[in-house]
Amino acid sequence: MIKARITVTLKNGVLDPQGKAIEHALSGLGFGGVGQVRQGKVFDVELAESDKAKAEADLKAMCDKLLANTVIENYSVAIT
Amino acid sequence: MKSAVVLLPGLNRDRDMIAALTKISGTPPITVWQTDTEIPDVDLITIPGGFSFGDYLRCGAIAARMPVMRAVAEKATKGVMVIGVCNGFQILVEAGLLPGALMRNTSLKFVCRQVKLQITNANTMFTRRYQPGQIIRSPVAHHDGNYFADAETLRRLEGEGQVVFRYAEGTNPNGSINDIAGIINSQGNVLGLMPHPENLIEAAHGGSDGRALFESALGIAA
Repeated sequence: MIKARITVTLKNGVLDPQGKAIEHALSGLGFGGVGQVRQGKVFDVELAESDKAKAEADLKAMCDKLLANTVIENYSVAIT
Repeated sequence: MKSAVVLLPGLNRDRDMIAALTKISGTPPITVWQTDTEIPDVDLITIPGGFSFGDYLRCGAIAARMPVMRAVAEKATKGVMVIGVCNGFQILVEAGLLPGALMRNTSLKFVCRQVKLQITNANTMFTRRYQPGQIIRSPVAHHDGNYFADAETLRRLEGEGQVVFRYAEGTNPNGSINDIAGIINSQGNVLGLMPHPENLIEAAHGGSDGRALFESALGIAA
């Protein structure tokens, strides 16, 4: 069994209203020096697969087909 | 002209769409379910609004991967008209049938109100019963209607007249880039829009500004 963590983040230049709101809330809590905050998603995926290369290819295909919208999002796959 | 309505779990404007198509065309539309792999011969397929699959992951993302959407894509390639309203628009962009993406409203608030729309292209199969530049009213009700496309896509949309509806007179409810409310594909037979024209088709609705969209598509004289 392979476990992987997929991280999906917004591409640079894509407006992130939620990140902006979080940024303001952090400043409001008194945290000084908070720069830009961008919100993303994390998926922990378990795969019944022993071949690491095959798993990585499958996980990337999952990102391209469903987990990320590549019009606005980047993704990274880390096998843990 | 025959029409169909795509049904998916979590949509909630399907009955509004069925009522609008029935009233305007005189014939009830065929309904197709998410697992259907074939759509009968129709001239127009509509995808209504709502929250398909709870809008989990991203709005319209799960719905766009259902078997029925492959059937919709096949029909669209053959030139059949497709209209996606609200969640239907989100599903069409997630399915890759329209360019760009629909993101969270910049206000972060769900907006439910009436807006004004400008017909920016009256030379489409969906808008030919409107006048160029005409301003119409339309209800909106969404949380994720903030249209985004990269600079190159945007240039192409604007240059090719693919922006069909624009929020008019400072009524942009969601921060949509270039005030975009609705677009068509390059072939001109797939339309996606966030507003709900099906909810403004008769006097009981308080107006019929949305009616001409369906009359245009269904080839019905006003």
